[in-house]
Amino acid sequence: MDLTLSPSEEEFRDEVRSWLQENHPGPEPEAGLDEVMAFRREWQLKLHAAGWAGISWPKEYGGRGATMIEQAIFAAEATRQEAPAPANVLGLAMGGPVVIAHGSDEQKARYLEPILTGEEIWCQGFSEPESGSDLASLKTRAVKDGDEWVVTGQKVWTTFAQYAKWCMLVARTDPDAPKHQGLTYFLMDMEQEAVQTRPLVQITGEGEFNEVFFEEARVPDANVVGGVGNGWAVAITTLMNERAGLAFGAISQIQNSLGRLSKLARETPANGGTAADDPYFRQRIAQLHIEVETMRLNAYRGLTKTMQSGIPGPEGSLGKWQWADINQDLTELALEIEGAYSVLTRGAEHAVAGGSWQYGFLRSRANSIEGGTTDILKNIIAERVLGLPRLR
Amino acid sequence: MYFDLTDEQQAIRSTAHDFLASRFKSERLREIAASESGFDESGWKEMAELGWAGLALPEEWGGQGLGTVDLAVLFEEMGYALAPSPLLSNTIAGLALSVGASDEQKERWLRPLAEGELRGTPALIDADGSAEPMQFSMAAESDGDGVVLNGVKTLVMDAASADFFLVATADGGRHIVEKGSSGVTVTPEESIDLTRRLSSVRLEGVRPEATLPGSGEDYHPVFLRACVALAAESTGLAQRALEMSVSYAKDRQQFGRPIGAYQAVSHRCAQMLLETENSRSAVYGAAWAADAEPESLPLAASTAKAYASDAGWRVPDAAIQVHGGIGFTWEHDLHFFLKRGRANAAMFGDAKWHRERVADAVLAGESAPAAS
Repeated sequence: MDLTLSPSEEEFRDEVRSWLQENHPGPEPEAGLDEVMAFRREWQLKLHAAGWAGISWPKEYGGRGATMIEQAIFAAEATRQEAPAPANVLGLAMGGPVVIAHGSDEQKARYLEPILTGEEIWCQGFSEPESGSDLASLKTRAVKDGDEWVVTGQKVWTTFAQYAKWCMLVARTDPDAPKHQGLTYFLMDMEQEAVQTRPLVQITGEGEFNEVFFEEARVPDANVVGGVGNGWAVAITTLMNERAGLAFGAISQIQNSLGRLSKLARETPANGGTAADDPYFRQRIAQLHIEVETMRLNAYRGLTKTMQSGIPGPEGSLGKWQWADINQDLTELALEIEGAYSVLTRGAEHAVAGGSWQYGFLRSRANSIEGGTTDILKNIIAERVLGLPRLR
Repeated sequence: MYFDLTDEQQAIRSTAHDFLASRFKSERLREIAASESGFDESGWKEMAELGWAGLALPEEWGGQGLGTVDLAVLFEEMGYALAPSPLLSNTIAGLALSVGASDEQKERWLRPLAEGELRGTPALIDADGSAEPMQFSMAAESDGDGVVLNGVKTLVMDAASADFFLVATADGGRHIVEKGSSGVTVTPEESIDLTRRLSSVRLEGVRPEATLPGSGEDYHPVFLRACVALAAESTGLAQRALEMSVSYAKDRQQFGRPIGAYQAVSHRCAQMLLETENSRSAVYGAAWAADAEPESLPLAASTAKAYASDAGWRVPDAAIQVHGGIGFTWEHDLHFFLKRGRANAAMFGDAKWHRERVADAVLAGESAPAAS
């Protein structure tokens, strides 16, 4: 057991650390999504030029071929320094790895480079209005027409669809096959009249994600990834990819938030002292620290296990569940500490910390829904880790 | 970065697992729990032969010289098996002797303790004082001929089966008092936990056999290791209660299905797994810190003890709920797990006490400690 970094890992961390310190462009602009995306595109170009885009990708495809620990180090360090996200998060984390794992040589040659540069943004067309947790029940149809497929249906919760050139689309190509079969994974060109996106406004007032409508949209047969009828297996790879990197980024982010929460407690007057002297708040903050530590240590334990076995196990679901719980608790506690001021949000003269905790509180409501609801994660854990019987 | 047990540690685990499973079957456990002494002499001898009495004690004094991670492995298995044994109290006494005793004292007390020939236990909490960790009120009075001890130590683990006590005094010192010394009276206390005996030890004008030269601060790392060992034990309790629940939920049928198919039950089991795994990670993180990064041990040990204190009884509690009525019967073993977990939670600082230590560390600095 050794919970420290090896000399080569330390060297890698120092390299990441100093490069980020010299190159990261500061906080994202407090502006509309268009400006933010332009900012992120520029940042991604810089990342790519220095070889930091797609660090988990094999070198032959333009990546860095980093080990899982190096990915974790990079994610933790980038978050610690509050570096912006790259523009093409979904392309880097999911699209590229899927093309690398299942794509043809032509597809690799065509798609990978513009993912790395951020020139082409990717989005993910999985969920539908009637197929959320039960993804395999999706109804969007793709019908063969010569060497093309004609796609009709609707996708939802499609992050950055409004900026995307390519959509990782899972559609039903065989309505008679059992539901997990009969699905096919396509790369759909979003730039056509038959594809319409409409932003969905979230409870935060923002519109990160969209509804996407396909009205006889065309996708060439050459854009099938992994073969007709294999869509489910290909989609699952997508979901498994870069878990390690994502987890460690998420943990660093929570550590940053916990630091800010402690600061808020120290600066908020309470009972003649500050909230940091209040026994109730002290207990709550300590418990959050303890939970974050267990999550971090679990993630390291999981990483060791994954490196031994080569594949991430279903235990990863525990981390995602715990992350959502902690993030929600943390922002709820911030609002409790703010007391009556907790109603004031961004734009209010007397909002505490610029209203950032109000935004955080609202945004974190989605944490237990996005990327697999906590309820579904518990099912996965019960069935696949504990081996309990399925209800269905 | 490598967060897993070594092959040697795996071997300790499997030896401990198999030995304890064969030695402490439910019927035997109940016999020991119902017995006058609550102690299993033959089991102790075998543990001593396996080297467990001195597992983490220095080799030069008869121990195995292994680390806190190894100790955590062993105590996780002790909890899993619900082993009634003075091994924990003996280990804590041994660790205290290794840091606080003179060579002469080590030769006389530590060596036989590490070899399993003598058993020691710490006598810490004053009946008339605070029950908080490391707060002692008994005075180390001196009458010219040496130290004289008066007062009552309570919540002393395994006093009946111990040969000597390590008595803490207000100055932070430790004194060796043999159980048979004049002026020493041991009175058993009824504990909810039938697998670990607690007693009061009354000292009336007792002259200790020896006073250790060590100071109060020397024993702080021992306290922290004791917290880690106890947290490891609680993790083992949680693991066993989880396994019992999962197995029952697969087996027990209601409304024509195994109850584990119902999400009200399966999600409860998932929660139990989460708490058990978190507990384990916190324990091994702290155990590793004890061996490799002592400066981070205080925070890591409090993190582990706080988390495992909660999980160590909440998971068995949830297990009783999964089992329904049968889980509430004396006949079922689950109540022993709940009780041991509850007792572990209260000893060496409860969750609230340790959270306060964590709050001190977290709220003092500019931010939470960053990941490496």
